Amino acid sequence: MDYLLTDEQKMARDMARKFADSELKPIADRLDREHTHSPEVVKALGEMGVMGVAVPVEYGGGGMDYVSYALIVAEISRACGGTGTLVAAHNSLYCYPMLKFGAEQQKQRYLVPAASGQSVGCYALTEANAGSDPAALRTTARLDGDSWVINGEKKFISNGNIADYVVFAATTDRSKGYKGISQFVCDVRETPGYKVGRVEEKMGINASGTAELIFEDARIPKENILGEPGSGLRQMLATLDSGRISIAAQALGIGRAVLEESLEYAQQREQFGRPISDFQAIQWKLADMATQLDAAELLIWRAALLEDKGLPFEKEAAMAKMFASDVAMHAAIEGVQILGGYGYCRDYPMERHMRDAKITQIYEGTNEIQRLVIARNLLKKRK
Amino acid sequence: MKSLVCLKQVPDTETQIKVNPEGTGIVTEGIKHIINPYDEFSVEEALRLKEKFKEGEVVILAIGPDRATESIRTALAMGADRGIHVNDPAVNTADPFAVAQALAAAAKDVQYDVIFCGHRAIDDDFCEVGAMLAEFLGLPQVTLVTKVEVAADKKSAILERDIEGGKETVEVPLPCVVTSQKGLNEPRYASLPGIMKAKKKPIDAKNAAALGVSVEAKLQSKEYSMPPERKAGKKIEGLEPPDAAKQVVQALRNEAKII
Repeated sequence: MDYLLTDEQKMARDMARKFADSELKPIADRLDREHTHSPEVVKALGEMGVMGVAVPVEYGGGGMDYVSYALIVAEISRACGGTGTLVAAHNSLYCYPMLKFGAEQQKQRYLVPAASGQSVGCYALTEANAGSDPAALRTTARLDGDSWVINGEKKFISNGNIADYVVFAATTDRSKGYKGISQFVCDVRETPGYKVGRVEEKMGINASGTAELIFEDARIPKENILGEPGSGLRQMLATLDSGRISIAAQALGIGRAVLEESLEYAQQREQFGRPISDFQAIQWKLADMATQLDAAELLIWRAALLEDKGLPFEKEAAMAKMFASDVAMHAAIEGVQILGGYGYCRDYPMERHMRDAKITQIYEGTNEIQRLVIARNLLKKRK
Repeated sequence: MKSLVCLKQVPDTETQIKVNPEGTGIVTEGIKHIINPYDEFSVEEALRLKEKFKEGEVVILAIGPDRATESIRTALAMGADRGIHVNDPAVNTADPFAVAQALAAAAKDVQYDVIFCGHRAIDDDFCEVGAMLAEFLGLPQVTLVTKVEVAADKKSAILERDIEGGKETVEVPLPCVVTSQKGLNEPRYASLPGIMKAKKKPIDAKNAAALGVSVEAKLQSKEYSMPPERKAGKKIEGLEPPDAAKQVVQALRNEAKII
């Protein structure tokens, strides 16, 4: 499908692939077992511009388009799903809202060091009782002189354990419902009353930390609100729409790893005197995997291309996220099946792919929410 | 500090090579190509020299078909300044002698303190081009280089090179030809801003006529063939260890003829 890409997009992908194969793939198993990210990898990615792929060069980023971004996230995730989360959350959920909604001074102060990879950022939206329904959030922001005083707890925050910068949502006026929600940015090193709570024990994506963030009378400067007060929900939805493309790309990358390893194994594993790839039962699995992954990739490219062209892409991003994560999970289950007992054991990376793939159906909007978004878009048109 | 880097595009090391049915070459369709890894060391070293001296130029010189542009662009994305692409069917597939002649002709229009070549290309493994190029240009050459220290006045360099079992340190006047060996450096990855900048950097396309060279190859490639398939090993079974050892020694002496 290379001919659909520009030379620059191909170069960006090849660069990411080369890096992922030589620097990330060899350590992915260790990162998974030790539940840790690699600071060296993050630093190297920063130098390559990957910690701010679609952020303009003047703000420290890579200055590329969203198609390139999707290609890069897929390549990184092909080598290590967890690092894929780290990169996707940092780019899509921290850099994106800072770039789109931050004022010039906020960008200089909070975006430049993140996009150039010196610091990691995170996005704190979810709370214990506000997951798919972000308007139910309880974290409050109260203006007190020159500061906002923040109280609340955020949950399941990707990169929360290592982030220097946080974009978070809070309500300034609960009586206004979702119209009272605003987004803020803070440097956690300068935020008294902020602390990282529990770091979750997860099934997969263990190279990415998922943490609870606690704001207890935390004080941030008054000017750290993003955009107009009350525009939080709109900002959130736009951020999540864009982020979904990166999760689709992450799922695709994991699925590609599954396919590659399934192909390799099926051709070398012999039973009944011949490679199991000779058997139709295995061939069908491989054929389905390859077809579904290609279809997912095209959906991802379409959504990213729409975003690059400044056209609406909400429905397309939801389709790409839902489909890519479903086919990645399906591929991973079949991949484990093809490898049989070996697939179930940790000597092969296949079981890690299965654990990593599962989250892509859940976060950045569950696939049930994606279907809702798609259906709403369809029905809106008919009215 | 000005460097000219000779770069060759080669099949990816991961590629499964197949000989074409005519036996005249390999099947190039569907193959992914990369910068010859030894040339990548050259690009990196040239970039480091330019960065160290805070001035200069890194020029990439490649011979090859249209697709070689991709490799030149990759080097430009790493940070090189401009490219020269010699694309001429007569030269693209020529022997090392003709290739070195064409490189020498192209080098005449470029200013340089050092010319870097990979010490070998991983496809045809001739290991000849760097040496011939130095001869054609009348320059000193240092092969298999693993360390480069250029004097502040850029008139000479101290180079470390691989020799059997150790290293040799040599001093050479500049300009010279250096052939890069593994261990010289760890090449950087192209960066995303580098990729976007590379798009706007010039690549000069030239053919043999423009260079004023007539291609006179000294070698003619006759045939390509795959190495014979490895035969199954021999197993010595059912014997006591001392007797089995004797059989192994005999087999090594009489059948394999290696002791």
